[in-house]
Amino acid sequence: MSEDAHKESPYFLIWGVLFALTVAEVFYAFMELPQFWLAFGLIVMAVWKALLVALYYMHLRFEPRRLWVLAASPLPLAVILVVVVIQEF
Amino acid sequence: MSTAAAGRLPMPGMKVYNLKLGMWIFLLSEVMFFTGLIGSYIILRFAHPEHFAAPGVVLNVPLTAFNTFVLICSSVTMVKAFAAVEQGDQKGLQRWLLATIALGTFFVGVQAVEYSVLSSEGFVPMAELYHAVGRGAVHAEGAAEAAVVGGPLYGATFYAMTGFHGAHVSIGVLCLLYVYWRARKGKYSAASLGGVEIMGLYWHFVDLVWILLFTIVYLI
Repeated sequence: MSEDAHKESPYFLIWGVLFALTVAEVFYAFMELPQFWLAFGLIVMAVWKALLVALYYMHLRFEPRRLWVLAASPLPLAVILVVVVIQEF
Repeated sequence: MSTAAAGRLPMPGMKVYNLKLGMWIFLLSEVMFFTGLIGSYIILRFAHPEHFAAPGVVLNVPLTAFNTFVLICSSVTMVKAFAAVEQGDQKGLQRWLLATIALGTFFVGVQAVEYSVLSSEGFVPMAELYHAVGRGAVHAEGAAEAAVVGGPLYGATFYAMTGFHGAHVSIGVLCLLYVYWRARKGKYSAASLGGVEIMGLYWHFVDLVWILLFTIVYLI
């Protein structure tokens, strides 16, 4: 990964976004909305936060594409694990 | 970080030095570990909704939201430690590592307090001891007669998920202490920073998992 890219990484900006999203999540969780939309909105915000951490703090954004593929490899397995078992109910 | 700067040969075809590749593969196995826990939680919640409660009824959301913020702050201090060693700033490296250790320890401390309060309120994993009545009723008059909220599955899944995560944070703090001790001895530099980088990868992963756990366990 490029050292120049590291030096330009907006660590505190990402921190601010993570903080704002955490506050937004807490307020959103207590809104009077259907359960589906509550869960959907909260998961979208959580995944967004997780992506920001992976891309900027774990520096995945600056890594070779092959590492991206490696990092993403368990995600289909994780989805299969949950979705297939949930079909039982 | 360039592979040359790390002073290690890259894995052929990966363009990533071996230490970092090894940490990534370990973290991928951790993804599956936590997926097993989260998947079990989701399935149990679908199967036995009567055992679970709405956000904030039993669990203390504001306290945990604050603790989540603490862990996010520790990710910033960790990444600043890495940025410091990249620039050859030894004092900065030690200072940011120390801040990360302090924040990680604080996180575990708050979690311990949370466990203590919740278990004293009857939120436990054992079926015969579970008698959580919810945060609104626990301090009110007639709490003893208040209806029990949720069931032992809620306690069991909560303690399993947050406990395993807490164990990861605790191990991370111990590893950070070791990295800090090595930093004090001047073992890291801009040309040799693999230890700080893989420590950072582990720490950020722990933060990332908590972001998901906080949403799934406390907010949904």
